[in-house]
This record gives sequence, C-alpha cells and structure tokens, in this order.
Amino acid sequence: MDSPSIYGWWLPPDVSAHGAIIDQIILIMHVFMVALFVGWGLFFVYCLVRFRQRPGHKARHEIPHSKLPKFLEIGVVIFEAFILVGLSYPAWSKLRTAFPPRESATNIRIVAQQFGWNIHYPGKDGVFGRTDPKLVSDSNTIGLDLNDPNAKDDITTLGQLHFPVDKPVIANLTSKDVIHSLFIPVLRVKHDAIPGMNVPIWWEAKQTGQFEIACAQLCGNGHTTMRGFVSIDTPEEYAAWMAEKEKELEPAPQ
Amino acid sequence: MSEHNEHHELGFIRTYVFSIDHKVIGIQYAITGLLFLFFGFCLMMLMRWQLAYPGEALPLIASWFENSQMMPGGVMSPDLYNSFGAMHGTIMVFLGVVPLAVGGFGNYLVPLQIGAPDMAFPKLNAASYWSYFVGGVVMLCSFFLPGGPAQSGWTSYPPLSILASTGQTAWLIGMVFLITSSLLGSINIIVTIVQLRAKGLSFFRMPFLVWAQFVTSFLLVLAFPPLEAAAVFQLMDRVAGTSFFMPSGLVVGGMPLQVAGGGNPVLWQHLFWFLAHPEVYVLILPALGIVTEIIANNTRKPLYGYKTMVYSVLFLGFMSFIVWAHHMFMTGMGTTMSNFFQTTTMIISIPSVILITCLIITLWGGSIRFNLPMMFALAFLPMFAIGGLTGLPLGLATSDIYLHDTYYVIGHFHYVVAPGTLFALFAGIYYWYPKVTGRMMNNLLGKLHFWISFLAINGIFMPMFIQGFAGVSRRLHTPNFYAHAQAVQGTNVFMSISAWVLGAAQLFFIINFFLSLKAGKRASDNPWDATTLEWATPTPPPHGNFLQEPVVHRGPYEYSVPGKATDYIPQQVS
Repeated sequence: MDSPSIYGWWLPPDVSAHGAIIDQIILIMHVFMVALFVGWGLFFVYCLVRFRQRPGHKARHEIPHSKLPKFLEIGVVIFEAFILVGLSYPAWSKLRTAFPPRESATNIRIVAQQFGWNIHYPGKDGVFGRTDPKLVSDSNTIGLDLNDPNAKDDITTLGQLHFPVDKPVIANLTSKDVIHSLFIPVLRVKHDAIPGMNVPIWWEAKQTGQFEIACAQLCGNGHTTMRGFVSIDTPEEYAAWMAEKEKELEPAPQ
Repeated sequence: MSEHNEHHELGFIRTYVFSIDHKVIGIQYAITGLLFLFFGFCLMMLMRWQLAYPGEALPLIASWFENSQMMPGGVMSPDLYNSFGAMHGTIMVFLGVVPLAVGGFGNYLVPLQIGAPDMAFPKLNAASYWSYFVGGVVMLCSFFLPGGPAQSGWTSYPPLSILASTGQTAWLIGMVFLITSSLLGSINIIVTIVQLRAKGLSFFRMPFLVWAQFVTSFLLVLAFPPLEAAAVFQLMDRVAGTSFFMPSGLVVGGMPLQVAGGGNPVLWQHLFWFLAHPEVYVLILPALGIVTEIIANNTRKPLYGYKTMVYSVLFLGFMSFIVWAHHMFMTGMGTTMSNFFQTTTMIISIPSVILITCLIITLWGGSIRFNLPMMFALAFLPMFAIGGLTGLPLGLATSDIYLHDTYYVIGHFHYVVAPGTLFALFAGIYYWYPKVTGRMMNNLLGKLHFWISFLAINGIFMPMFIQGFAGVSRRLHTPNFYAHAQAVQGTNVFMSISAWVLGAAQLFFIINFFLSLKAGKRASDNPWDATTLEWATPTPPPHGNFLQEPVVHRGPYEYSVPGKATDYIPQQVS
C-alpha cells in the first residue's frame, strides 16, 4: 500500500494529468481568502480599538462617505468572475465533457456496491458483456451474463483497479444498491456512483504507484471500510497483470 | 381581538402551556430549541470520542450499554455512529436553530418591534409550536425504536434512506410535522408584518431584524412545500411500495430488490436541496438581524447603509432559490447546468459581502460598548466571514471535485451555523433576556462563557479545513482508516478536546440563565438605551404588549443625533 509519508497537512501529491487546475484553483482561492480575511480583520480590530467607548469620545451620527468599500466590493466581484469564467468554466468543461476517443483509452466499468468497488474490464474483444441484476451471485457480483459471447473474456475484480500510466482511462460509473462516491485523492477524481445511472468519467495518470480508493458518500454502516486499491502500472506491468487475469478465466467458470 | 381581554381569567395551563400569547409561545420555542441544541451537542460530544480514540470504549456511559447491539463492549458501532450523525444534523438544524431563531426570536420580537399587540393569528401560532413539539417528540422517540433512529445523514439520500431501519420512517413523520410547523409559523410572521405594523411604521422604518424575519419567512413558505411533498413521497416509498426515488434493478446484499422501480434517487436530492439551500439562509438571516440590532445599539450610531442592507437581504433571499444544485456537482451534471449553478453561487456571495461590509463600517465613527451581547455579536462577524469565504472554493465546481464531501465542507457550514449563527443567537439571548425576564444576566459568567466558547469553537472547526485538504471523507466512523487520513489523525484529538471544553463552557451559560432569573440585577424598561419599539413596553411586556398603541415617528436607529440631550431617540417619541 502507499506509504503514509506522502500524505500531510495539505493536499496529497497529484499524480494525474488533469489535477493541476484543481489544485491551482484551490490555492489561488485560499491565498485570496486569507488576504481578504487578514485585511478585513486588521480593519475590524482597528475599528474596535479606535472607536471604543471612553470618556470624551462621542459617536458620530453621520460618517463621511467613502468610496473605498464600493471599490473593494467591485474588486472582489471582478476577481470572482475571473476565477469563475477564466478557470473554473473551462476546467470543468474539459474534465467532464472533453473525453478522449474510446479507442485510445483504457475502458472500464466501475460498479459500486455495499461495501466495495467492482471493476469490470471488457477483456480482449474490447466489448463489455451484458449484465443483469437477476444473475448477481456471490461469485458473479456484477451479474455478468456468461451466455453473452462478449462476456466470455470479461475480467472483473473486487476493489483492484489497475490501469496503465500515461494513457487516459474512461470509467463508466454506476452502483448496484445505494449512492456511493468514487474518491481517489491522489488522482483528484471524485464522482458519485448512482444506481440507475451510468455516468462516464475520465482521467489520466502521469505517475505509477499504489494508492487507495475511498468512498465519499455515506452508504451505510460499512461506509468507512469501503476501500479499494489503485495500481497505476507501467504498460508492461499492466499487460502482465491482464495476462494473469486472462489465464484465471481459462477454466471457464460457470 | 377578544383573546387579549380575557387573559386574566385563564388558569396556569392556558397561560403558560397552551398559551396563545406570542411571547409565551416565543419563550416555549426558545426553551425547547435550547434543550434540543444541548441534546444534539451531547450526541456530537459522544461521536467526538470515537473520532479521537477510534475503537475505545466510551467513558462513563459505556457500562450502561455494554450488552447492547449498538455499543458492543461499550464501543460505538458504525450504526450508532451513523444514527448519531443523522440525528445531530437534524436536531441542530430543524429542532434547534430554526425554532430558536424563527420560532423563538421571531415570535417574541416581531410583534413587539412592529408595535403589534400579538401575532395576526394567535391560535395558528400555538398550533405551529405544538406541531413542532410533536415533530420533536417523534424524533426523540425514534431513539427507542429497534434498529435505532435514522442513519442516513440529515440529507437522507435514497436509496440508502429507503432501505434503512424503522428509524427513518419516524424521521420522515417527524419532518412532516416540523415542516408543517414552519409553514404555519412563517405565514403568521408574514401576515403580522404586513398587516399589524404600528401607525407610522412604514416598511423602511422597520428594524432590520424584522426585515430579516420577513425574508426568512418567505424562504420557508416557498421552499418547504417541495420538501414536505418529497418527505411524503419518501414515506410512501418506504411503507407503500411506491418507487419515486428507487431505480429499477437494484441488488442489495446480493439479492435483487423487489420494488416497482423506475424512480430516480437524484430527484430527491433536487427536492431536498431546493429547500435545504434556502434553509441555510433561514439559519443565517435571523442571526444577522439580531447582530445588526445589537451592533447599531452598541456603536451608538445609525446603521450604515440600512436600505442597502434591506435590498441585499431581499436579493439574497431571491438568489437562494437558484443555487441549490451546487450541492450536486458530483452527481453527473453537464457543463451548462454546472456553469449556471457556479455562477449563481458566486453571485449570492455579493449580497453577503455587502451585508458584512455595512456592519463593519457601522463600527466606524462609533462609540463602541463592549457589553456581553456586543461581544457575541462582534464575534459573529469574523466567524461568518470565514464560513462565507470557505464557501467559495466549494461553489466553484472544479475545486469542488476535490473538496466535495470532505471535512472541508463540514468546516465551512459549521463556521456559518455554529460560531456564526449560534453566537448571534447567544448575543440575542443576552440582549433581550432583561426584556423577557426583567433581570440582567451576570457579566462575569457571561464573559467566561464567551471567551472559552470563542477559543474552543475555533479549535473544533479550524482543523476541519486541514482534514479537508488531506482528503478525509465526511461521515467516517473510523477516521484513520485510510492512509491519507492517518496523517491528520492528531487533529481529531485536538478537535475533540476542544469540543468537550466547549461543552463545559456552556455550563456557565446554563448557570447564568437560571441564576439570573432569581438573582439577576433588576432591569429597567430600556436597559441598553435602545430605540426600537420593544423597549417602549413595560418589562416584562404584559399580555397585549403596549400600554397604549404606539405611533412611530422615525427610523429604527436614531443614535447620537447632534443637538439632542440623549444619544438616542426612540422610534415612538414624537
């Protein structure tokens, strides 16, 4: 497992290709917030000291009109507008809608359940087999229909998410029972897994390593322990892992 | 109104229990709300033990529960933790702060501040309190159900909530009562403000608190019906086999679920947040109103930008209805929708900035008295500012990808409602206590309460931002389960100790509250030299409020008018 030493009191390291903009917005916003709050706080304390009640000091009914607060407010609005339109709009649109072509990506399905993550690989043919909730059993947790020719080479794992580095991953996310939320902190990936919905998300990793998947949405009494493992492999490691999984399929489980 | 003339014939029960006097009902709301706040806080203190020392038996109470299913060996089970979490949220929001802020302060102060003898519909007012009371009793009784109370968070997202134990049914029934109560109460406040203002009290002469209550009531009236409908739908999903929120093909625990299917769990989230975002302003606005009254009074000068503040609060109320889906960026929202909700969320920050700017500029040129209510009111400002600022990265969909559902969110909204709103409510209690009881509260006990609370409450919520950056998910029973969370586990110990210190500090308040009732210094009719109408009544105000019908001659904050003998001119003085 990933060593705790990479984690600390700030954001964890970012191993994704897309996460930089998220980190950047978080950082810019916090610098802005701290600056605003400190400035505001100094003015606040100054007012409290200078205008405290004391003998000989009287409150003024009218205070001279100052344009400064208006300018500050307009400044805040312009800054927010810039972050919103300049950074957040384009980043969101890229992260959520600019999918890479399916052929150039590692395609997977992620089916959440209480309390684990089923990862479904399409196998050699690149086509996901049919699934049916009626076929769900202990050995077939996503209800894969083995009579479907496309399903014969499909690979499923419970909580073991492998994918190669430097290649986009497109994951179709859904859930069997309640709402879960896929959260991989180091990849800056978070998305709800909602039963009855099949939502594609994508990411690309730029570093190899072993990390954790957490569940971010309360999903029952096992919410805490709904851990999955991510392995970002080199292409060779990924191929080797895939080959091993394919070998396991050979006795053709019924 | 005939009720007012017959009050002296009423017995104890009709006077103090089933009263229709807005002041008694206000006090009932406030006391019930405070009790619930205390209870909800106790649940949290127990949860904080598990968070600081996961897996260790609870101190003191462990031996009572050693054999219970919820606390095997005295250790809090995940089920118990989840139910405490859900009930903490529900109790604090729906049974604590809203009844105290709207039911308590609104009921007591609105008729007094507008110079009315009572609410427009006194019996409806009583019905509203008793509906709240029943809702609260149902919520409390759910602790004794097999399987315990609701466990699906205060948001009760289906399908989890629909699959949950019987406690969820009790939660929904309780919620229907609470929502009904809020609807009745807010209709009453709106009609009272529109119809019963004293002669000369135009809308722009109303104290800001009345404006805040007015907007709050509109939020409740317009936002609660969708949630009431949604709660009934969810109840039907649970007990009548419908599937408004249940999609087809669910497999729970390895077994296909027999429901009609075809529903959508996201629909609940839309209906819930359509209420629950305005609800945030229902918590904040009365608090802001209280703070405004106290700051104007204790700076001894008029409120800066009164009209701007009124327009801001109206705009804020309007905008609060079109930001709800910023709670749902992670549900698969497209670009257009997300851009719309990000934009409205940024826009709603503008009136908030204006409100807080007006309040801080009001300090400029004042002669600031640092009495107890003022200390709490001043502390509200930076706390509310932190709460507001930390809303920005959550309102930007892109940074929300990382921060959503982490402790950052918990830190953010607790800064708004705990050190923010609750401090304002304490300010209000210290400020109006002499009017309600005829006695002043003790200064020393109050200061101890303030300073310890102020330090401890920041000790609880500030580290939550650190946990959020580290990526710790919310609602985790064992907080250090993940590697990234182990790195910040130390903060949990610090936060829990702060929480227990905060709990201890409330004892000063409780002692002060009861001690002052008997031994407090007698208060005059207008102990703070204030201008608004509630101080023109005898202390405490009799049934019917005013000895003669007040006539209003000026705006609410005429302090330090040049050339006058006193530094304040009450609204009713001609």
